[in-house]
Amino acid sequence: MSVLDSKIPEGPLEEKWINYKNNINLVNPANKRNIDIIVIGTGLAGGSAAATLAELGYNVKTFCYQDSPRRAHSIAAQGGINAAKNYQGDGDSNYRLFYDTVKGGDYRSREANVYRLAEVSGNIIDQCVAQGVPFAREYGGMLDNRSFGGVLVSRTFYAKGQTGQQLLLGAYSAMNRQINRGKIQAFNRHEMMDVVLVGGKARGIIARDMVTGAIERHSAHAVVLASGGYGNVFFLSTNAMGSNVMAAWRAHRRGAQFANPCYTQIHPTCIPVSGDHQSKLTLMSESLRNDGRIWVPKKIEDAEAIRAGKKKPTDLSEEERDYYLERRYPAFGNLVPRDVASRAAKERCDAGYGVNKTGEAVYLDFASAIERYGKEKAFTSGHKNPSKEEVVKLGTEVIEAKYGNLFQMYEKIVDQNPYKTPMMIYPAVHYTMGGLWVDYNLQTTIPGCYAAGEANFSDHGANRLGASALMQGLADGYFVLPYTIGDYLSKDIRTGKIPTDTAEFDAAEKDVTDRINKLMNAGGQHSVDHYHKKLGKIMWNKCGMSRNAKELQEAIHEIAELREDFWKNVKVPGSADTKNAELEKAGRVADFLELGELFAKDALHREESCGGHFREEYQTEDGEALRDDENFKYVASWEYTGKPSEAILHKEELVFENIELKTRSYK
Amino acid sequence: MRINKSLNLQIENMKLTLKIWRQENAKAKGKMVDYIIDGIDGDMSFLEMLDVLNEDLVNKGEQPVEFDHDCREGICGACSLQINGEPHGPDKLITTCQLHMRTFKDGDTIVIEPFRATAFPVIKDLIVDRTSFDRIQQAYGYVSVNTSGNTIDANSIPIKKENADDSFNAATCIGCGACVAACKNASAMLFTSAKVSQFALLPQGEVEADRRVLAMVEQMDKEGFGNCTNTGACEIECPKGISLENIARMNREYLKASVK
Ligand SMILES: Cc1cc2nc3c(=O)[nH]c(=O)nc-3n(C[C@H](O)[C@H](O)[C@H](O)COP(=O)(O)OP(=O)(O)OC[C@H]3O[C@@H](n4cnc5c(N)ncnc54)[C@H](O)[C@@H]3O)c2cc1C
Ligand code: SF4
Ligand code: FES
Repeated sequence: MSVLDSKIPEGPLEEKWINYKNNINLVNPANKRNIDIIVIGTGLAGGSAAATLAELGYNVKTFCYQDSPRRAHSIAAQGGINAAKNYQGDGDSNYRLFYDTVKGGDYRSREANVYRLAEVSGNIIDQCVAQGVPFAREYGGMLDNRSFGGVLVSRTFYAKGQTGQQLLLGAYSAMNRQINRGKIQAFNRHEMMDVVLVGGKARGIIARDMVTGAIERHSAHAVVLASGGYGNVFFLSTNAMGSNVMAAWRAHRRGAQFANPCYTQIHPTCIPVSGDHQSKLTLMSESLRNDGRIWVPKKIEDAEAIRAGKKKPTDLSEEERDYYLERRYPAFGNLVPRDVASRAAKERCDAGYGVNKTGEAVYLDFASAIERYGKEKAFTSGHKNPSKEEVVKLGTEVIEAKYGNLFQMYEKIVDQNPYKTPMMIYPAVHYTMGGLWVDYNLQTTIPGCYAAGEANFSDHGANRLGASALMQGLADGYFVLPYTIGDYLSKDIRTGKIPTDTAEFDAAEKDVTDRINKLMNAGGQHSVDHYHKKLGKIMWNKCGMSRNAKELQEAIHEIAELREDFWKNVKVPGSADTKNAELEKAGRVADFLELGELFAKDALHREESCGGHFREEYQTEDGEALRDDENFKYVASWEYTGKPSEAILHKEELVFENIELKTRSYK
Repeated sequence: MRINKSLNLQIENMKLTLKIWRQENAKAKGKMVDYIIDGIDGDMSFLEMLDVLNEDLVNKGEQPVEFDHDCREGICGACSLQINGEPHGPDKLITTCQLHMRTFKDGDTIVIEPFRATAFPVIKDLIVDRTSFDRIQQAYGYVSVNTSGNTIDANSIPIKKENADDSFNAATCIGCGACVAACKNASAMLFTSAKVSQFALLPQGEVEADRRVLAMVEQMDKEGFGNCTNTGACEIECPKGISLENIARMNREYLKASVK
């Protein structure tokens, strides 16, 4: 069994990263010109990494499955990005951001990585502003901030409800600058199908040109995987339709260990499922919890009447409503972390208080915010005695300025006006904290193969705080990888170009074409979606918001069976030498069918509740998660052996030197 | 029963006729093909309706219809489609993936074609090649700042809220190409001007403003987009409400840069 060496630098927490940077090997500019790097993914992590590496002088090739780098799913991030700038003067600091992130992650992340993240966070904002990212500003011309869940300061920078879009377009423009300089070659509509190892090191990839179907070889001295998260293993999630685990999973099969696959974030505020036709779920940003209050009826009769369409939410008086987050968690109220908010919604709905047809929805109500803002605005504009209508009108304008695009999105999907009637929301799969295991350098257990952004496991422990994924993606790409990769590549300056006409590339290409042929020639009974939906049901019912040993065991078994059936009976029409969406989906679902099994195995082995992982057997009397630091204070990193259920567990013990382990409390 | 509020018509279990453009690849000749589809619910999105059709086609052993899509929430800009002659369909200020079937009624015939423009050649069925947009932005459509992080503090240059907001509004363009598809000249002025405006309105963008506008316009012309004759069709069909003011601003910027 190999020992996981996290390579955390020596020294006090605050000095680790500085010392590290002072002591690494550098590659001189002339040598960088002879070194090639492949970056899979052009989201915040991949886009920023590619731009920076190219700027340093390396030859970069980027790959993405969309028609343009600008469409990576980072584009969909709504609410904001954290940074410990302390512009609001409310007591923020690197340490506080570090502390909040470790605590929010339920003490299952690596201190050194998280501290580094907090340390570079301020720089990200400087960088993005310099690139022309139009963040929201106050009237005085300074940057504006909002609050996100799980913290008591205001450190989230935002661009209305389109923060991810603006940051990604920033990274994309940095890429464009390097494309224009000839330092980045962008391969769009290309899917990475495998990673190629030469002498134990990652030296290239096999990709499929999704338009012509051609299978291509690309070599490099290092490969960065920034391919996003795997939430689509649940079929329904807030991820894009094409989000997938293929790149990470192919690397896993070649020796990169997969860490904490069961840590999944189920986001509390998404638009509820409306029917079987549903293809994806839509997030309503967490920023809405700044102003929205979450409630269900106090009396079960009222909930029933609402479900039957006999009562409307606005018919219920204040006394008849149960603002259950404010009731249970007075200190954080509606801004408790996501895992806590999601479980609380499920608890109320399971108890029969749900408010839509399916019984799986709670209200997110803006009436008090509209009133508060309306009064404030009337007052500041010299209107000391405004009428109720005026207050509502003015307040609505404020809410519209803050969240207009989200409200519009909601109205288009649900066909109800959320300015007039409360939104209905329910938890949905949103983010995966688990991912490829990486050391402090972001290197996986394959030398030369790095993982960044949502694709790695490193910073969020068992639960991610809002607005921290954008921060992590950009930190990894702009500020971390450029250093750590250089240290590794300093040993490659004499290697020369990696040839692709070698036995290793031959073998990897053959594996890829065999697999495609197998998919094209399977039994032809059921569509790919048929299997994907079935897998999603198993995952949601048995590996979802709450889990228990019995169901997890069933899940492992059922997924293995489904996978076997898939390979025998899936139906992929058309040919492999052209654009073929069904074939693309089939390849992705095949990997999800393996990942799902490992996911369940990981969840089964972790006999504690922490963050997004809630085991029914391990809870306190009042239903809060019960962590077991004595036995589970480690990262579970899995080695592939051929069958996911037989993966080998490697443990990275987590050491907490700067934070005292406590039971998380948001009361 | 679900009812379309404005039309007061049943929108559950609708039966529709779809006329869809099918084209094997870039070189093949395409044609319209008719499909009948049943059991469509008003709560489905337009793309979910196409999913149902494709599932049907796969089960029958036929080729599913290829179309671009990814986020399905109106932000990635991947989805396109000319629906009954309009880019992104009849509703305003939304993308095709946000269009819901409650906009249609039982018995309707819906014509679905790819976005049409010389600079957007068809790849397959309803998928077009929009890489010309990428190339326009590669022509100095950025601020030339190093990504090293060694820059000034983000708050050291105050920016007027109005300018920041206008810049943001221009920057919300999703690069979908509906403006081009809507224009009888297939002009890309709205798209290009949105990018030019985003930077023109910020102090960070000022330094390179001249080079940027000249290069981007030159690239736009090279890609084969048509001239702007101020019909305003682009603004009407743009899912993000990008305003024509941006075109005026770009023209001013261009003039300013060319006389220097
Ligand atoms: C709806 C939504 C809202 C969010 N809001 C916020 C927020 O407000 N704040 C916040 O901090 N976080 C938010 N998040 C989380 C955050 O957006 C993501 O975690 C983050 O953007 C992921 O970035 P990434 O670069 O790791 O991956 P992505 O942006 O997902 O990019 C993945 C890239 O990999 C490519 N790729 C994948 N597989 C392959 C393959 N096999 N071959 C080639 N290319 C491949 C894709 O083409 C794409 O370019 C949100 C997430 C969602 C879904
Ligand atoms: S300007 Fe509007 S229509 Fe044109 S690409 Fe941008 S978002 Fe699409
Ligand atoms: S699919 Fe992303 S905008 Fe429509």
